[in-house]
Amino acid sequence: MTDMIRATGLVKRYKDVEALAGLDLDVPEGKVLALLGPNGAGKTTAVRVLTTLLKPDAGSAVVAGVDVLADPDGVRSRIGLSGQYAAVDEHLTGFENLEMVGRLYGMSRTAARARARELLERFALSDAGDRPSKTYSGGMRRRLDLAGALVAAPPVLVLDEPTTGLDPRSRVQMWDVIRELVSSGATLLLTTQYLEEADRLADDILVIDHGRAIARGTADELKAQTGGERVEVVLAHPADRDRVQRLLAEVATGEIGLAENGRELTAAVDGGVGALRRLLEGVERERIEVLDVGLRRPTLDDVFLTLTGHATEDATGASTPADAPTPEVTR
Amino acid sequence: MTSPTTPAGPLEQARPNGVVRALTDGWVVAKRNLIKIKRVPEVLVFVLISPIMFVLLFAFVFGGAIDPGGEVAYREFLIAGIFAQTVVFGATFTGAGLAEDMQKGIIDRFRSLPMSPAAVLVGRTTSDVVYNVLSLIIMALTGLAVGWRIREGVVDAILGFGLLLLFAYAVSWVMAWVGLMVPSVEVINNASFIVIMPLTFVSNAFVPLESFSGFLRTLVEWNPVSALTQASRELFGNIDPSIPAPEAWPQQNAELYTLIWVAIILAVFVPLSVRQYRLSAGKA
Repeated sequence: MTDMIRATGLVKRYKDVEALAGLDLDVPEGKVLALLGPNGAGKTTAVRVLTTLLKPDAGSAVVAGVDVLADPDGVRSRIGLSGQYAAVDEHLTGFENLEMVGRLYGMSRTAARARARELLERFALSDAGDRPSKTYSGGMRRRLDLAGALVAAPPVLVLDEPTTGLDPRSRVQMWDVIRELVSSGATLLLTTQYLEEADRLADDILVIDHGRAIARGTADELKAQTGGERVEVVLAHPADRDRVQRLLAEVATGEIGLAENGRELTAAVDGGVGALRRLLEGVERERIEVLDVGLRRPTLDDVFLTLTGHATEDATGASTPADAPTPEVTR
Repeated sequence: MTSPTTPAGPLEQARPNGVVRALTDGWVVAKRNLIKIKRVPEVLVFVLISPIMFVLLFAFVFGGAIDPGGEVAYREFLIAGIFAQTVVFGATFTGAGLAEDMQKGIIDRFRSLPMSPAAVLVGRTTSDVVYNVLSLIIMALTGLAVGWRIREGVVDAILGFGLLLLFAYAVSWVMAWVGLMVPSVEVINNASFIVIMPLTFVSNAFVPLESFSGFLRTLVEWNPVSALTQASRELFGNIDPSIPAPEAWPQQNAELYTLIWVAIILAVFVPLSVRQYRLSAGKA
């Protein structure tokens, strides 16, 4: 199987920060690769290099058989990009936005208009198609932006954090749309901060940190590395910590994490519900007062902690709460 | 449903290169800018009111104080100067429009498309010609109302308006370049004020050339805005026959001198702006 996207040794420096520090990646034809990492890991920089928006300081990339540096225009006519911030003109209607994109791809007016109507229909925007996109909801704008990426039916799609900032319902709608695209055979590179999103959409996940790849595998493989599900306990009294730590140790498969406030304990467990029940029995038996006990799937933080030995923290060393799903990290 | 992997016909066609593509893609972007005027007509209202204000202010406030001498009244002398000043100031819109575009997500879409790198600039400068056409119409009507007259033929008058628009188009490429370099839209207004105010005031737009002396006079004589104003006055027939013809070459050959400036500005600032567009858009 041929690779539709192949990048080798990409390096991009901004002043004293290396946004990309020798990133390699490849996406076989018809497959979906998710680039997973926190803010500032280099995801967007990688996307900008692969979509010709940015020249790397070193390294090479071939997209749809065309060299990104040698023939950027050739790449642009073979890719569709949908970014983190919906790239639509707010004063234009949905139809006008798509028609304009079609014309700029070099389509005839008739072809561009027909394609615009077809895409509006497909993304459930027909009714809103003749309203300025300013009046659209966030989810509708993202769908319009994604439609813009599909105007020329490119063989390679690049989606940069397609659901960041969307409410849960719009996010699920977006996932449905993307899954449909994938099932029709597009090659897709997707960036995300959410392990769950990568899990649902991608064949393969590449975890990146500080501009380089640190792990690759399916969602299951990565989760297996991070030790599966987690049990989380929030204590009512910090004094009970040692007793709960002892109870947790009986079910934990790895180290027990302790949050900075000294009241939250986390541990990876095997056989989730069973482990939780045993822990609860212990807690009840010893009459320990807890505020919250729960079972959760590993988050990006857990994956990071396991793979890198450090949390998803920025260069200044400010740590993030263990349960933050989207840690803020500066580049 | 069309599969995304379907090879799209248009992509396989060879696209025309260079200038043709810059013009066709530029026209698509210009249409996009014009749609905005249609959707936010409020912008237009102020664009059109300020020239009326200018004509009336200068005609009635300075009209009594400034005497160009001879038989032609100040108002008649003045209007061509106001035309020149207003269309040159119109270039600010180009800078502001581009500075605004660069901050919006739509630029990422443009940059990821196989379109001409000059299209966004060609589109913006082209659509801004519409602003200038409209404000010239409004100013001409206001001018006619306060006593300005076209005394040469219709053809000359059309040439006069054409020259004003052409020069304004060239200046809008200068402001396009500035607009691409400034960090925000607010800066553009100040930047253009600093450049365009002296350019239009150290000229014969509002006061006769004869009222300047020494070094300042040389500056005024060679200022392209003076040539533009002089050329417009000639083409509209607003030159006072009782005043001796100016001696400086740019004033004697005002049309030619203006056209030379248009060529120089375009030759310098079109490539400079396109280069800056590539740089600015790739920065983020």
